[in-house]
Amino acid sequence: MRPSGTAQRLLYWSSVALGLVLAIVPLPDWLGPLRPDLALLMVIYWILTRPRIAGLGYAWLAGLFLDVLRGLTLGQHALAFVLVAFLTHRAQLRMRMFPILHQAGAVMVLLAVYHFVIFWTDGLTGHGYTGWNRWLPIVSGALLWPLIVAAGDTLTRRSR
Amino acid sequence: MVELTHDTRPIIGRGPPLGATFLTLAIAAIALMVADQRYDQLTRVRAWLSAAVYPVQVVVDLPFRAWDWVSGSFADRSRLRQENLELNARLRLANLQLQRFAALEDENRRLRDMRENSAGVAERVLVASILNVDLDPFRHRVLLDKGAADGVFKGQAVLDAEGIFGQVAQVHARTAEVILISDAEHAIPVQSNRSGLRTIAVGTGDSKRLSLPFVTVEADLKQGDLLLSTGMGGVFPPGYPIAEVTRVVRDASTTFALVDARPTARLDRDREVLLVWFDPPVPEEPPAAEAAPSEIPTAEAAPAPAARTAAPAAPAPGDDE
Repeated sequence: MRPSGTAQRLLYWSSVALGLVLAIVPLPDWLGPLRPDLALLMVIYWILTRPRIAGLGYAWLAGLFLDVLRGLTLGQHALAFVLVAFLTHRAQLRMRMFPILHQAGAVMVLLAVYHFVIFWTDGLTGHGYTGWNRWLPIVSGALLWPLIVAAGDTLTRRSR
Repeated sequence: MVELTHDTRPIIGRGPPLGATFLTLAIAAIALMVADQRYDQLTRVRAWLSAAVYPVQVVVDLPFRAWDWVSGSFADRSRLRQENLELNARLRLANLQLQRFAALEDENRRLRDMRENSAGVAERVLVASILNVDLDPFRHRVLLDKGAADGVFKGQAVLDAEGIFGQVAQVHARTAEVILISDAEHAIPVQSNRSGLRTIAVGTGDSKRLSLPFVTVEADLKQGDLLLSTGMGGVFPPGYPIAEVTRVVRDASTTFALVDARPTARLDRDREVLLVWFDPPVPEEPPAAEAAPSEIPTAEAAPAPAARTAAPAAPAPGDDE
């Protein structure tokens, strides 16, 4: 009926890792600011579908690796990732019941929290960029959410 | 299928409660940030981690490199011939200029030697390619495929064929992160080629524009002036082109003029850049003594004027990092 725990764990780890790789794949200039935070969306998706497997530790680690990949202050994304993962865990039961568009709205709020933490820590470490387009990934991520759910549900054979 | 249980984890063996885990990890993240930012103590951890992500960066870069290779090896013959002819013509011209340049360089070195100061001439360069990796759309940083293993060091100057490109901000084992001169956090001392006016050019976050915020209204600077590196601060070799002044707006009611310049280096299109090794141009006692170890009296005399010229230079360099 369902893939075993280990297989799911592997699927979880590899999907987040894929999100991290896609975070540094070069995009055309106009598309760059729109790049959705795929790794974080993956973490949120897995927490909603398999909260037993998707813990906070891996989210933290994924954030740390994003910091290293992008050459930022270590811990910045780790903090934002773990905060979003925690909030998702707390809201998990409610969010799972939401219709998909409603859920996308909730994800948008989570992404906003994430980007605010990044913005704030950026400011603290002296890299503040205050242009309006730094907030674009919130929108693009929320728009992408239904697709991620559809793809993920197909992959984990959750949808009947 | 939606499950309606409150927490799907079993009651026994749940591990620590969620809140406690979150708090621990959040504090760990903040501690990391403080240690990295304030105390700069994580160089070893960072080196280790960046070694772990190096394969990822190479894999991301690989398709682009492969595409370059494929399009290069399947380029048609006539185009290659054409390119070859053009390159030959350019090489001839460059060789011609080089002959003159070699003589001039010799002469320059002799003259500098006479002044006990042969520093400031780029001595060794290393070609590095830029990895096709997006670091952050809002910060002008690129990743090079050369690192500490190739002798790259923090603060090293990076040039391209047209001018100054940036400086090395972080060195990893096999890669190095370069901050471009157009990054909003970067500043570089410049000198006008025409009037000799010295000022500082800061990045704006736009790869086609630098800003010169400290030019007074009555300063002698006009559109079209070429800005060269001064060598102050010891990061960049002196005399290399940085930018061309594109706009000077003088408003009599303000102290400073509004000056923009366009970088001569092709910051957004380069695939390959040069890492430069040179002797910093404002030597303290040891390099000057090294330059002429045989003639101790003159070597002793030399540092004095050098130190005097260095003194006003000290506050000027605005290179961060």
